[in-house]
Amino acid sequence: MSTLLEVSGVSVTFDGFRAINNLSFQIGEAELRAVIGPNGAGKTAFMDIVTGKTRPDEGRVIWGEKSVSLLRMSEAKIAQAGVGRKFQKPTVFEDQSVRENLLMALKNKRGWLAVLFYRPTNSDLDKVKELAEEIGLKDELDRKSGELSHGQKQWLEIGMLLAQEPRLLLVDEPAAGMTPQEREHTTDLLVQAAKTRAVVVVEHDMEFVRRLNCKVTVLHEGSVLAEGSLDHVTSNQDVIDVYLGR
Amino acid sequence: MLRLFLAGLAILCACLTANAQEAGLQPILQEHQEIIAKSSRKTIGPAIDAIASSGLPQAQVMLETWAAKDVWMRKSDGLFFAGKKAEGRSYELTDFDTGEVVGTYQKSDLKQLKPNSGIRAMIGTALVQFQLTDSDRAKRLAALTSIQRDPEGALLEPLRASIEDEPDADLKAQKQRLERLLTIGYDEDTAARVAAIEEMSDDLSVDVRAALNPLVVTKREAGTDLPSDANIATILDPGSEALSRDEAYDLLVANDLAAPRTSPDDIRAALAANIDGGRVWGISVAQLNSDATRAQAYAVLAEAGLVPALIADADIDTALETHVFFETYSEPSPEVTAAAEKALGQIELKVGLNQTLDLTLDAISLASIYFLAAIGLAITFGVMGVINMAHGEFIMMGAYTGYVVQQFIPDHTLSIIVAIPMAFAVTFAMGVAMERLVIRWLYSRPLETLLATFGISIALQQLAKNIFGTQARPLTAPGWLDGAWVLNDVVSISYIRIAIFVLAMIFLGLFLYIMKRTRLGLEMRAVTQNPRMAGSMGINPGRVNMLTFGLGSGIAGIAGVAIGLFAKVTSDLGSDYIVQSFMTVVVGGVGNIWGALAGAGMIGFLQKGIEWMNPSNTLAAQTYMIIFIIIFIQFRPRGIIALKGRAAGD
Amino acid sequence: MERSFVAKNPSVLVFLAILSLFTLGVTVLSEGFGIGVISTSFVKTLGKTLCLCLIAVAMDLVWGFTGILSLGHFAFFGLGGYMIGMWLMYERTRLIVVESLSQAEIPPTPSEVVDAIGTQIFGVVGSSDFPLIWAFSHSLTLQLILVVLVPGLLALIFGWLAFRSRVTGVYLSILTQAMTLALALYLFQNDSGLRGNNGLSGLQNLPGVTASQDVVSIWFLWASALALGLGYMLAAWVVSGKFGSVIRGIRDNEARVRFLGYSVEVYKLAVFTLTACIAAIAGALYYPQAGIINPEEMAPIASIYLAVWVAIGGRGRLYGAVIGAAFVSLLSTWFTGGQAPDIPLGFYTIKWVDWWQVLLGVSFVLVTLFAPKGIGGLFDLWTNRRAPQRHGAPLGPDDSALREKEATE
Repeated sequence: MSTLLEVSGVSVTFDGFRAINNLSFQIGEAELRAVIGPNGAGKTAFMDIVTGKTRPDEGRVIWGEKSVSLLRMSEAKIAQAGVGRKFQKPTVFEDQSVRENLLMALKNKRGWLAVLFYRPTNSDLDKVKELAEEIGLKDELDRKSGELSHGQKQWLEIGMLLAQEPRLLLVDEPAAGMTPQEREHTTDLLVQAAKTRAVVVVEHDMEFVRRLNCKVTVLHEGSVLAEGSLDHVTSNQDVIDVYLGR
Repeated sequence: MLRLFLAGLAILCACLTANAQEAGLQPILQEHQEIIAKSSRKTIGPAIDAIASSGLPQAQVMLETWAAKDVWMRKSDGLFFAGKKAEGRSYELTDFDTGEVVGTYQKSDLKQLKPNSGIRAMIGTALVQFQLTDSDRAKRLAALTSIQRDPEGALLEPLRASIEDEPDADLKAQKQRLERLLTIGYDEDTAARVAAIEEMSDDLSVDVRAALNPLVVTKREAGTDLPSDANIATILDPGSEALSRDEAYDLLVANDLAAPRTSPDDIRAALAANIDGGRVWGISVAQLNSDATRAQAYAVLAEAGLVPALIADADIDTALETHVFFETYSEPSPEVTAAAEKALGQIELKVGLNQTLDLTLDAISLASIYFLAAIGLAITFGVMGVINMAHGEFIMMGAYTGYVVQQFIPDHTLSIIVAIPMAFAVTFAMGVAMERLVIRWLYSRPLETLLATFGISIALQQLAKNIFGTQARPLTAPGWLDGAWVLNDVVSISYIRIAIFVLAMIFLGLFLYIMKRTRLGLEMRAVTQNPRMAGSMGINPGRVNMLTFGLGSGIAGIAGVAIGLFAKVTSDLGSDYIVQSFMTVVVGGVGNIWGALAGAGMIGFLQKGIEWMNPSNTLAAQTYMIIFIIIFIQFRPRGIIALKGRAAGD
Repeated sequence: MERSFVAKNPSVLVFLAILSLFTLGVTVLSEGFGIGVISTSFVKTLGKTLCLCLIAVAMDLVWGFTGILSLGHFAFFGLGGYMIGMWLMYERTRLIVVESLSQAEIPPTPSEVVDAIGTQIFGVVGSSDFPLIWAFSHSLTLQLILVVLVPGLLALIFGWLAFRSRVTGVYLSILTQAMTLALALYLFQNDSGLRGNNGLSGLQNLPGVTASQDVVSIWFLWASALALGLGYMLAAWVVSGKFGSVIRGIRDNEARVRFLGYSVEVYKLAVFTLTACIAAIAGALYYPQAGIINPEEMAPIASIYLAVWVAIGGRGRLYGAVIGAAFVSLLSTWFTGGQAPDIPLGFYTIKWVDWWQVLLGVSFVLVTLFAPKGIGGLFDLWTNRRAPQRHGAPLGPDDSALREKEATE
């Protein structure tokens, strides 16, 4: 399995506070990975670095077969290269319909001229319908996304991510504020997605992580504390000390 | 006593030098009787000189009397006396030498000397030497001032003579200084002049430069050869930057060394004068609409001998080659001019350094004005994140409050003391009301806050116009703030600017104290960082926001009083400062008082710097400054002192 | 699903119909072409209002849809006016100069004509040489290109600088305001090459046109109506498709759009520049009707009024911007023109010339507070369109979300 993303020796400092400290991380194609860790362990900062929101002070972030560095690319370019990100809070464009949201996310040319003259083709519309079905919003396509429930918005956002057809999906606490049924649905979506692409899930909820049934990376104070199966890391004494035991 | 002594001394000298004067003043007067009686400015010189140089004490009295038009000539013998009006049309005459009354005469027997203003000026100059040794200090000072105002070579000797016996140390220093300056300009000994120049070359004062500058005045000249007797400053090369070819040729024309060129206007006039039946020597008028055909037609005219021929480029070349161009000093002595150039160079360097200092002071004072205008904004915008476009109008209201207070309290010092808390109270109340009624509802919508406060701003501006009219209202500073602190002729700063600087520093201290040391400051910081958390800890965020906003507005009001003291109080006062104030906060870095300080400093120095480079144009200076700020924000989008985490609008 | 642009946007048709009817009506009632009920000066006012509506559409595009509260679009408007004004003034002065020089004994050379024009135009600022920026003023075509090119380039450069350093929200507003101020201050100088605070004048006289102002004013009304119609259609087309989706997305959540792979800066720049060009065209049509342009017109306050119009009309919908601009500017003309009746209160008489600004300011505050949708919001009542139940932020970038996020981090 070839490596899709390789983060090595990355450090970043905010106002003297070292949020990420010599962090190294790898993920291959079509892999599902859960990242856990206590608050302030650097989970969000890690995602910020990969998506280009934060520039690290040192270290390398290498992407894909051609081993391009993501550090010099803008957020938009990174997203176009195939990194999708889902925020903690559901962020969909509430003033626009579900269809418009999905169409915007759909993998197409992103240049402003191309977008200006873009008119949806039938295949695009079909894809949108398929996606809507997958995320259970088939009947809501013409509704404003602001009218959706919290869980529906989370799914819509996941749907938008899938529409982007990214090669790497970064998902931040997808299950927060969901009912058990909704969680189950979300797990299915993520597991399904991980069959064709790499998915990194940041989550606090151990039950949720267990259901994902994948390799787990534990972050602590900005670097990797342990890595392996959930059973393996939960039996690690360091992990128990800093995270589980508290 | 002293006067007697001096008089004695003068007499002694006079006795030693000339025996003709033993007889007193009258013989001297008689010697020049004719020209004195004639009273013509052109011829009177020798007479005044003779009187002045007689060394007699009564000469001063005589000259003063003369200048006052009180000298009368007895027609019978042509003797001169001081006349005083007696009864009727008669005058009582007094002899100058003896001081005794010689009798009363009818006006018809006398002739009054009526010196015109030219002669009176000459008499005045002659009198200066007496005044320089006068016993009255005020008179000596007046004499010095008059020399300073109108220096003359003739005054050098009397001035020198008066130095030694000058009893007043202060005046003596002044005299010595003046002596040096006069030496530079008028001494006959070149070495003495050079010495004086070198001595004064570290002096910054305007009068030294005024004495040196005429020495290095140059005149452009042209000739076939360099003159041997002239003091030549530089030799100019035509076509160089200092002297363009056109200028060089014009110089030749001006010196009658070459024929003038024919300008296009001349060509036109010549052609127009030679129109004959719609044609100029065979060329139809309609064709004369281009320079080429005009030149052709002119050449035809020139051939016919009607007009002088055009000067060709080749002629110009020859003329320029066969002549030399140079600049000469009007001062003939090369030693003096060299010394003066050197001294001026040294002085210029010092003046430059001092100007930098002056500019720095100016920049600091401008910075404190901006800081003062922006400090309220640093609270409302910087700390609370509320953008208040009506901030400028709060400044205006403060200034108008000052004006209104002055209408009731005529004493300026007292009125300012009353106006400051009044302005704070008015704008504080206004700010609180605005926060309660408008801003509170828009906390999460900064752009709409901007627009709503802008609406308030135009309403307030128009209200001020309706109440106070459009003309500027005076807000007069107390007398003790008038004037300036003068360091030397180059560096000075007005007291009012110092006061504003002090006020700005006080505000800085006050701000720091409130934010760091008081309960309100603590709550303020808590609320701005996390209103919900602060709320759950028992702080009432609404109240704190209200007070914070009121505080920021109140400080704007006080700033308004200060700004009103030197600017015109009009309804537009605030809008003149609002953009700069926002720039100050944005450039400096939001949420940090030191940022506002740094921003104000940068903008102040920048603006003064640009103005210095391009002094004629303050408008352009502001334009360039804004462009610079826009570019600056490229590199430090979060300002000079940036707080990480909470970014500029991010 | 696939429907035509007009079918999806019926409001465009309605708008165009109303605009045509209005133009036709004014033409019929005018002095130049019709029965003379409407005075020529009022025709000019209406023509100018149409231009203001056009720039309001541009403003709505950049603010209401993209969320950039630009306080600089009147600078582009003014620049457009200056560009066309240069040709108008040059050409008209040239005709006058040629006319007067033809009386001379000897026909003038071309350089003499240019010198005389220079003296005529720049005499007021104590100069007679043509500055470099007038290099193209002899050609209508070139100057018309400059109408779009100069403001467009300025917007492009400024926008590029501002957007690439990620200046957003109120900061951007202040920055655009600073840009406007800088430009106005620059033009106020006598050696700016554009006659300092004298500005360009006599623009209402079209060179070479002998028709009376009665007729010319109608021509300009038509031109303005045409420009507004085209501008409106263009704006409606731009916002209708995916581009509209993206820019509205940028308005509501810039970061999210970025993570979708859209280069937000480029989009903003495109909208900013496009609207600057529209504003410039509006200005180029406005100032020949006004007759004079000077730097005063470009002061930051003008751009803020533009925001006021759009806000009162209702942003985020194009017809709202048009209604706002037309309503407020016409009302403002009415009040400040002294036509509104004074209100005697016994102890004080309210003169609207003095109090209109106060009323405008206060009503603006009230609109912002209580009717953020502006006059356009009334149409929602009429069409019975239900406002979306949005749980998140209202229109515009939201600072409190940021603070909430910080609180959770």
